[in-house]
Amino acid sequence: MSSADIERIRRERQRWEAGVDKKTHEDFQTVSGIPVDILYTPAEIEGFDYLAKLGFPGEYPFTRGVRKNMYRGRLWTMRQFSGFGTAADTNRRYKFLLEHGETGLSVAFDFPTLYGRDSDDPLSRGEVGKCGVAISSLADMEVLFDGIPLGEISTSMTINGPAAVIWAFYIAAAEKQGVPSEKLRGTIQNDILKEYIAQKSWLFPPEPSMRVITDIMAFAAKKVPKWNTISISGYHIREAGSTAAQELAFTLKDGFTYVEAGIKAGLDVDTFAPRLSFFFNSHLDFFEEIAKFRAARRIWAREMRHTYKAKKPESWLLRFHTQTAGCTLTAQQPENNIVRTAFQALAAVLGGTQSLHTNSMDETWALPTEKAVLIALRTQQLIACETGVINVIDPLGGSYYVEALTDKLEEQAYEYFRKIDALGGMVKAIEHGYPQREIAEAAYRYQKAVEEGRRTVVGVNKYVIEGERLEIPILKIDERVEKEQHERLAELRRRRDNSRVKRTLADLRAACAGKDNVMEPILEAARAYATLGEICGAMKDVFGTYQEPPMF
Amino acid sequence: MTKKKLRILIAKPGLDGHDRGAKVVARALRDAGFEVIYTGLHQTPEMIAEAAIQEDVDVVGLSILSGAHMTIFPEVMRLLKEKGGGDILVIGGGIIPKEDMEALENMGCGRLFGPGTPTQEIVDYLREKFPDRA
Repeated sequence: MSSADIERIRRERQRWEAGVDKKTHEDFQTVSGIPVDILYTPAEIEGFDYLAKLGFPGEYPFTRGVRKNMYRGRLWTMRQFSGFGTAADTNRRYKFLLEHGETGLSVAFDFPTLYGRDSDDPLSRGEVGKCGVAISSLADMEVLFDGIPLGEISTSMTINGPAAVIWAFYIAAAEKQGVPSEKLRGTIQNDILKEYIAQKSWLFPPEPSMRVITDIMAFAAKKVPKWNTISISGYHIREAGSTAAQELAFTLKDGFTYVEAGIKAGLDVDTFAPRLSFFFNSHLDFFEEIAKFRAARRIWAREMRHTYKAKKPESWLLRFHTQTAGCTLTAQQPENNIVRTAFQALAAVLGGTQSLHTNSMDETWALPTEKAVLIALRTQQLIACETGVINVIDPLGGSYYVEALTDKLEEQAYEYFRKIDALGGMVKAIEHGYPQREIAEAAYRYQKAVEEGRRTVVGVNKYVIEGERLEIPILKIDERVEKEQHERLAELRRRRDNSRVKRTLADLRAACAGKDNVMEPILEAARAYATLGEICGAMKDVFGTYQEPPMF
Repeated sequence: MTKKKLRILIAKPGLDGHDRGAKVVARALRDAGFEVIYTGLHQTPEMIAEAAIQEDVDVVGLSILSGAHMTIFPEVMRLLKEKGGGDILVIGGGIIPKEDMEALENMGCGRLFGPGTPTQEIVDYLREKFPDRA
């Protein structure tokens, strides 16, 4: 479009705007607070260079998607984050979901496991199996995947501090099934930077944590080549209250920090970058979310190619999993959450996600019941099979609004990159509490807006049902779980070869203190049925622990 | 005579790292004029009771989203009593099913606030409970 054409559109717009009610014109914003205009035209994206900004799907800069055929070739993986009670309880839930058309597994661990503690650790009291499954050793992992062929399914595991250990349990469980590590497909979250920023389940201080991560990347490149070694996660940053731009910026900056760590550890960027994947939130503001996913792909491709000099196109492309936003669900009128989730899931699909978790309506009350999780899974199947949105790649590409918003989010992300660089990089920024403070500020702003009625939450501050009664069933975790786990662990410690456990843990301590890759000795300890707490304890002996200063 | 300010300890017990709610509530209570102390993450019931006594607070607010509430609330209340802080009001919030809320309130716990509660409701509740405090 020529500049004369753009000028004409601007003039015509002025004429048109004269007739628009001023009140409908001001103070409209995205959920993150980006002011938005009432209408977008070619004038708002003047000078738009199609080939440079969008190009074609499966090609640099991947704005339109990471695959040439996108969903015509293969649908996204329908992967429900799931885990509760004992390994046997969760194994039954996995089989239920797979029977109903789920196409990948995603393990939710309980808090003790997330912190590298055994079910019988004193700090685990009251938490065993409560908001995830309790996995204390290889023996539990064997039960978790009993009857599920690990050579065929891909498994994502939300595990960070003790990621290396849980991954070793998985590799060893696969060995027991006769599946070599080369065939395994899946993801460990293993994103420790966002733990310090938002999710807060860390084990060691940042530096040794980064060393374990580069060891994992090196081990995977040799022995588990199809595994995604880090799922760089914005999800928890967003859940903690960030804006879309903060989620985008902090997540990508974490990603670049891992890339720099890998390069610094002497790895060739093209050996590990293709195995990095991402995990984003899909929040309430439909177009803002779609723009965020598109901007993420474009920024990652540019920086990987030009700043980090990756040569393989696989190193440039940003593949991501999406989860709908748990923090947007309401305890009031919980059935409405089905609809919220459906909109958020649709945004993820229009944004080109590779895999998706849809939340269940009852999750502000407890972990989901079978019925609730089935509706959540059906929501994805409805989008895939009935709406027709999978037919055309990036169908919102070229929308004046979506392109302008994509550019805007990209610009805001780069502003944050500059601020973080000025603080000395992401690790330093985290130590200063910078991203944590930015997120807490945004969370408080949002809460204020809801309480002052500037933002509507249906069923909470508008359209409230007085004296509402909860009409959906709630899942209860039996207190027997903790007792059962204690008994299983006591039995395990009695039956295993304890001298072998001791030897492998000593080898692990030595590797931690020296320069050898820690994955081999962790795997040996896992095979010897050393427990999660014992293995993490051995690592803490060398690496130390971490506490963050409290602030609000 | 000026009224003495109400002192509140906001605590995150157990391993649960979800601190968005605790921080928002701490800040809203501070903005309402109360004196607020935040423990930070990963506190044991012993640490919380100890801090409550040392800081001489009137109220302890526990934030639990991990499902461990039926273990942690009674334990904090027991320890407070044991250490001579039996008059400290224990309130809380998080992912807590209604029947558990009722059970805890029957055990002597103060009000428990679920998701979607306006922070003003917590402020109003505390003012009503402590009319002679600022």
